[in-house]
Amino acid sequence: MARLEITGVSKQFDTTTAVADFTLEVDNGELVCLLGPSGSGKSTLLRMVGGFERPTAGSIRIDGEEIIHLPPEKRPTGMVFQSHALWTHMNVFKNIAFGLRLRHLPRDEIRRRVEAVLELVGLTGYGSRLTHQLSGGQQQRVALARSLVLEPKILLLDEPFASLDQHLRERLREDVRDIQQRLGITTLFVTHGQDEALAMADRIVVMRDGRIEQVGPPSEVYRAPATPFVAGFIGQMNLLEGVVDTQVFACPGLAARIPIADGPATLAVRPEALGLSPARGQGMGVIHRAVDYGSHVMIDVELPDGYRVKSMMPQSEAWTAGRPVDFNVGTIVAYRDNALIYRGAQVEEQSRPAGRRVVRSNG
Amino acid sequence: MVVLSPDRQRIDWPGIAFAMLLSAAIILPLLVVGTWAFTEVWRYPAVVPQQFGLRFWNQTLSRSDVWGALTLSLQLSTVVTLLSALICLPAAYAFARLNFPGRNILFFSFLAGHAFPKFGLLIAIAAIFLQLNLIGTFWGVVLIQLVGTLMFMIWIPVATFQGVDRRMEEAARDAGAGPLRVFWSITLPQAGPTIVAALLLSFVGTFYETEGAWLIGAPGIRTMPVLMISFINNQMVIQYGAVLSVLLWVPSFIALMFARRVIGGSAFARGFGA
Repeated sequence: MARLEITGVSKQFDTTTAVADFTLEVDNGELVCLLGPSGSGKSTLLRMVGGFERPTAGSIRIDGEEIIHLPPEKRPTGMVFQSHALWTHMNVFKNIAFGLRLRHLPRDEIRRRVEAVLELVGLTGYGSRLTHQLSGGQQQRVALARSLVLEPKILLLDEPFASLDQHLRERLREDVRDIQQRLGITTLFVTHGQDEALAMADRIVVMRDGRIEQVGPPSEVYRAPATPFVAGFIGQMNLLEGVVDTQVFACPGLAARIPIADGPATLAVRPEALGLSPARGQGMGVIHRAVDYGSHVMIDVELPDGYRVKSMMPQSEAWTAGRPVDFNVGTIVAYRDNALIYRGAQVEEQSRPAGRRVVRSNG
Repeated sequence: MVVLSPDRQRIDWPGIAFAMLLSAAIILPLLVVGTWAFTEVWRYPAVVPQQFGLRFWNQTLSRSDVWGALTLSLQLSTVVTLLSALICLPAAYAFARLNFPGRNILFFSFLAGHAFPKFGLLIAIAAIFLQLNLIGTFWGVVLIQLVGTLMFMIWIPVATFQGVDRRMEEAARDAGAGPLRVFWSITLPQAGPTIVAALLLSFVGTFYETEGAWLIGAPGIRTMPVLMISFINNQMVIQYGAVLSVLLWVPSFIALMFARRVIGGSAFARGFGA
């Protein structure tokens, strides 16, 4: 169990700023996900904690002890790489035992610990296998075992499931979460998969251009994204730009009453919060496409200016292409100047077409 | 109606023709030389020798200069290969892993020895060696043969070291290994088979090297190929040259077998970036 403190860390590569003034505290036994698109600096940050990159500025402490001057081999961290990075000239046992041998542990102790960690990751009896004889998921388990056997204070996971197929990824992330909670190991997890972050993390750190956009529990990040970027990045989201006039937000085809000051605003509505009903008149929009996912139908609705929004609805024969529909807007989030200014249900639904163009939607 | 015929295995005629041509160009001369080595009488126009025997083997192997040259060639090849490994492997690792000023120019300067006509280069080096009193000495020949090994021992290991996944090295650092331990336990074993292939090429290349050994080593240093040339030039008995030639095949044959058994053909290909 350990506490990780990252304070004011920056990393500059020539003229590019990879990480800028990053501050984060990870508590004992907490699993924090660094989530962001490619180039957001999340992997660089993880590598700085692991000792593979040297920060340009800032401080990294583990249990209050500064580690920034320590090389990777002296840090109490264990890293699992995206590519597994297993040593192909060694079998599974030797891969896992490598670090223990460096610590000059007795042979019996090494065997005992390797077998215990193999059991932990569900690979009992795989010690003599060569790494190329294992499946992708098994290789990733060995990589995890190799890190866990050294009992690091901080576990660093660098997109460990990125090279696995969807089914395996889902199974493995549950296993990793179980193991992490059983051991109570403080973990920093890098991913660009929102599902992964939502499913595993105690807290999510959404990064963009080397900076933090939002830190919070998954439910908060999902339900009250702090910026339009977070709103667009986590899950599916309809982002609509318009103008608020006397507490009515308006854009072509859609209007919503929200209690905020007049001026331009961005409205964010999740597909599951954008209900549909068969049109009573001309309709606010027309169904462009409906995709049946079994548990629900994802419907693309075209607004009068050609812009499309997504709605998630239960399966029904009413959702066929070309049909006019009306919207029943549920929980909405509004932004102005890149900051959250309102979250809640709209006060009253309206259908008058007015206001500015819809410029962007996510999903 | 279209009638589908069962798939027939297509015969690769151009491939077969090319393989036969290549075989004829390589195997035929070897076969003739090999036959001559075990021939006592073979007069024109007979296609097959009139008399086989080991007389010329006995005569050749009873000469002290043959054994001297063989020992010397083995010593030279070993020393040159070891020295080359000592100089080139760290250099190759630096070229592959580090970024330093003048890296590219330095890298190509290692290969410059193969960019010019070799004999002209040897003459120029010989002139320098003459002033340094290295002509006719063991170390003079070692130095000149080192130049010939640079290409194998720099180019192949650079490509190999570049091919070793850096994440593997980082994972070893993460597990607690220092940089030297990482090189020894991870990088070298990963690059090992291809580096052995480069060492073999260096050894065999040095063993067969003739011009440098002759120009710098003569008259004091006589390697096996130099001795073979002088046998062929000075004595009109073709069998002496043939026996020595067959003797010269031995190291490359052993090296080839070793390469096939231990490191596999793919190691050579990897060394050239395949």
